[in-house]
Amino acid sequence: MTITELRSLATDGKRRARQQNADAPVPAKKKRTWRSYSVYAGLVLIFAYCLAPFYWMIVSSLRRTADIFDNTFLPAPFSLENYVKVFDGSTMFGQALLNSLIVAGTTTVFALVLGVFAAYAISRLEFRFKSVILGVIIATSMFPGISVVVPLLRFFTDLGWINTYQAMIIPNLSFAIPLAVWNLTTFMKQLPFDLEEAAMIDGCTKWQAFRKVLLPLAAPGVFTTAILTFIHSWNEFIIALSMINDPKIQTATVAISKFTGATEFQAPFGEQMAAGVIVTVPLVIMVLIFQRRIVEGLTAGAGK
Amino acid sequence: MTTTVTSPAPSAPQDLKNPNRGLKTRTPGEGRMAAMLLSPTLLVLALVIVYPLISAIHQSLFSAESGLDADGFVTEGEAFVGLANYADLFVGESGRRFLNAFGNTTFFTVTTVLLETVLGLCLALAMNRAFRGRAFLRASILVPWAVPTAVSGLLWRWIFQSDGIANSLLGSEILWTAEGTASKLAVIIAEVWKTAPFIGLLVLAGMQIIPEEVYEAAKIDGAGWWRQLGSITLPLVKPTLLVAVLFRMLDALRMFDLPFVLIGPGKESVETLSMLAWDESNQLRYGSASAFAVVLFLYVAVVAVVFVKVLGADVTGAKKLGSKKRKATRSQKAEATR
Amino acid sequence: MRQRRRTWQTLLTTTAFVTAAAVSLTACGGSAQEPKAAANAAAAFEGKGPINYVSSRDASGAAQKSIDEWNAAHPDQKVTFIELPDSADQQRQQLIQNAQIKSDTFSVLNLDVVWNSEFAANKWVLPLPEDAIPTADMIPATVNAAKYRDTLYGAPYYTDGALFYYRTDLLRAAGVAAPPKTWDEMKAACEKVLALPEAKGMSCYAGQFDKNEGLTVNFSEAVASAGGSIVDAEGKPTVNTAEARQGLSQLVDGFKDGLFPSDAITYLEEQGRRAFQDGKVVFLRNWPFLYSSLSATDGSSSVAGKFNITSIPGTKGPGVSTLGGRNLAVSPFTQNKATALEFIRFFTSQEQAQKRLALSSRAPAYAALYEDPAVVAKRPFFPTLLESLTNAQPRPKVVQYGATTKAIQEEAYAALTGAKDTDTALKDMQAKLEEITAK
Repeated sequence: MTITELRSLATDGKRRARQQNADAPVPAKKKRTWRSYSVYAGLVLIFAYCLAPFYWMIVSSLRRTADIFDNTFLPAPFSLENYVKVFDGSTMFGQALLNSLIVAGTTTVFALVLGVFAAYAISRLEFRFKSVILGVIIATSMFPGISVVVPLLRFFTDLGWINTYQAMIIPNLSFAIPLAVWNLTTFMKQLPFDLEEAAMIDGCTKWQAFRKVLLPLAAPGVFTTAILTFIHSWNEFIIALSMINDPKIQTATVAISKFTGATEFQAPFGEQMAAGVIVTVPLVIMVLIFQRRIVEGLTAGAGK
Repeated sequence: MTTTVTSPAPSAPQDLKNPNRGLKTRTPGEGRMAAMLLSPTLLVLALVIVYPLISAIHQSLFSAESGLDADGFVTEGEAFVGLANYADLFVGESGRRFLNAFGNTTFFTVTTVLLETVLGLCLALAMNRAFRGRAFLRASILVPWAVPTAVSGLLWRWIFQSDGIANSLLGSEILWTAEGTASKLAVIIAEVWKTAPFIGLLVLAGMQIIPEEVYEAAKIDGAGWWRQLGSITLPLVKPTLLVAVLFRMLDALRMFDLPFVLIGPGKESVETLSMLAWDESNQLRYGSASAFAVVLFLYVAVVAVVFVKVLGADVTGAKKLGSKKRKATRSQKAEATR
Repeated sequence: MRQRRRTWQTLLTTTAFVTAAAVSLTACGGSAQEPKAAANAAAAFEGKGPINYVSSRDASGAAQKSIDEWNAAHPDQKVTFIELPDSADQQRQQLIQNAQIKSDTFSVLNLDVVWNSEFAANKWVLPLPEDAIPTADMIPATVNAAKYRDTLYGAPYYTDGALFYYRTDLLRAAGVAAPPKTWDEMKAACEKVLALPEAKGMSCYAGQFDKNEGLTVNFSEAVASAGGSIVDAEGKPTVNTAEARQGLSQLVDGFKDGLFPSDAITYLEEQGRRAFQDGKVVFLRNWPFLYSSLSATDGSSSVAGKFNITSIPGTKGPGVSTLGGRNLAVSPFTQNKATALEFIRFFTSQEQAQKRLALSSRAPAYAALYEDPAVVAKRPFFPTLLESLTNAQPRPKVVQYGATTKAIQEEAYAALTGAKDTDTALKDMQAKLEEITAK
């Protein structure tokens, strides 16, 4: 797509240039120009819709508590007091960020490993009860999350898992795995089996064919699943709140819920927004870096 | 477009009846290997879900006796009431609330998933284009999904306050967080904002595995952008799109945090089934809370099954699909040339 | 083939085993019956050692200071502060969850006054020996709110009552000599004030009317100030009365006649503060917490020095405030009950309450502290607050408080938004409350 689109943009550009020179454009060409303008207009709109609320979040986080309700587009006066409060020692927010990273990272790794195995089995192997198993896997995503909490709390208390990472990671897996399995299965199923077959004829084992041919081809799917499950676990709240009461192990979303205003009637809105920004930005930067390194590296490697 | 790609993939029961379909027959080792590969997944899921599910079904058959003894203490012990908790869902005041919540849940699911799908597709198409700043666009699209739900609920609550930025931009005096249509709209706007990136990212991944040569061939054959979208992109991302939509539907049917934080608990205009289950357990009526949860579970399951059957979001299909797809695209090319 | 079948058998057996284990766990958890302890016998407070204090964070740091002082004096009975979320709903949910699984993690609980009956009746907190807490020195309403069926279950930690904020500058300009004492006087005062050019675009009054606990508070106050009540002394609902009708009608007419700003239906405490602070309303019912931010002279408040406080208005005289605040209670599931009781006595003592006043703006339970000149100099609203607290009524003291407040909010909200007329709303509210209390 990319190359062809580039080409089409390039020709669009040339046409536009030609058009500016000639005062009376041909109707057909006018239509194409209108289209490329509308595409850019659409892109700008998308940017705006995604980022405007986030911009508001940033602006709100930079206001003083006293003028938190202002509707001005720039914070005046500009203040970092909310950020200072977020990292004030009593909240242990830095530790909470680290905990979130541990929980979400472990969840993602496990979900991907288990998901890739399961997806390979379902897309490449023939066995009975395939659709039943797929159904059972997705069925775990159908139970309302809030109804899982009390039984799990009882269960994990009996296991002595209160205040442990696994008490958060394992429930997180229960929503990460179904997504990973279904999504990766779809991906692998779409990828041609011919290539693996050819590799196996060339003397590769099944594992090698999987590792060297299938996995690189499925990279965009694996990467996207990783982002989605990571963010989902990163944002999980109610399980983490119920299973953990030790501030040394609590995650960032739980830490945010414990922010308090000056009194019980005042929501610590500025701090919450500042924490939201702090939690979101590194995630996006991380994805930017990984996106280049992993996806483009892997797909390029597969092409060779 | 009479190819395997667009026609629904063969459904599972046929697989069972005819396990040797496909070019390669099942070997004895495959079942064993599949069991090995699948058992860790099933074990983890059983650990987390089976117990709560059984516990909920068990509890939904009991009613906590909420009477007080002579000294004013709550009498302990639970009475077996059979299906009475379920029957109670459908009658009287609680029946009305249930129907209302059922309607809201369905309404939100249909509207938000529909809008998210359209927007998500647009996002994916935009991200898949090559232009300067594409990486930045991709990152910015991720932002709404990355903001924690509780925080985004608060953010939108402030945006939609009576004197918030939404009213000030629109020059209106809409009471978004009071009961009424506006509150429904507020929930939809915030939910679509938050979750369209989910569909967008998944569909983008689906687009990235479409071989470039397909487009180039179509281009040479003179197929325009719309033609390429309709006969190459959409059919080829359909499996991914359907999985994305399926998971969004499962989530939307269980929607809880956003209306709870944004509009507030107990507002009938936005009360969903999950909120109702929460409210019941918040009032210590665990029997009926569990009955709500089980009914919601069944509803979600039915929707999922219907979705999979009707739209063919079936991922069990043949392993030879890949090679068929190639033939399919070849025939598309042929079609496009005509 | 056989091999494959065996693998699948193993897989199925494993799953079945997990399921069976889960079933047996459910059975155990669900029907655990305990021998009932004699109802009112003072529980034995035994066991010394480390305990946990469970509460939302105290931003002022005053609570932590008290705990630090205790820990310094009791190194082998250390108290650890377990923080709960800021949201009261989430606090209650965490407390109940841990009580249901009989977790010994939560030792001393910080309970909202309205949860007292529920926690006491479910035996999630222990009855306290009456002589352990100096209740005689405390404001009677706060002690009453900590009792369930005449037994003390909590030690009052801090309290809260309604204040009526008014704009002194506007009242003076309109020639209103004294702040209104009754609802009618308030309306009359508003008429004069709103006629002033500087009051253009203002509304008369605001409270908290969003479907939230604040609405229960405002409705209870309106009914009590009109001479009615929500439940009688025996706990029977009494909202289908002339007094309750008068109370609710005042609020309904307030919206209908434009006395309240139309967006007041979305107001919680904060939005009300903002409306008053930005000069949108002349009168405001709110808690004492906003006194200091309204008085701020850093430019954030446009009403600094232009407002004062009094008791909320009633029908015939000053109105009746409801009571807010928190109590400390002991969980029956904790190991070290003796330490827990000792800590509560220490934490809620007058000495500690006075020390906390240096940092915290929370209103203490001890009446004497409201008359201390040094304290009043810093908190000019204390005498008025004491007056409000002395007359205060608790919100309905019922076991099923969650269902009760929900029923009140639903019907009152329906009346305020015009979805139901006042009579129907009260009739339905009465029916709902009767159904709840009949259980």
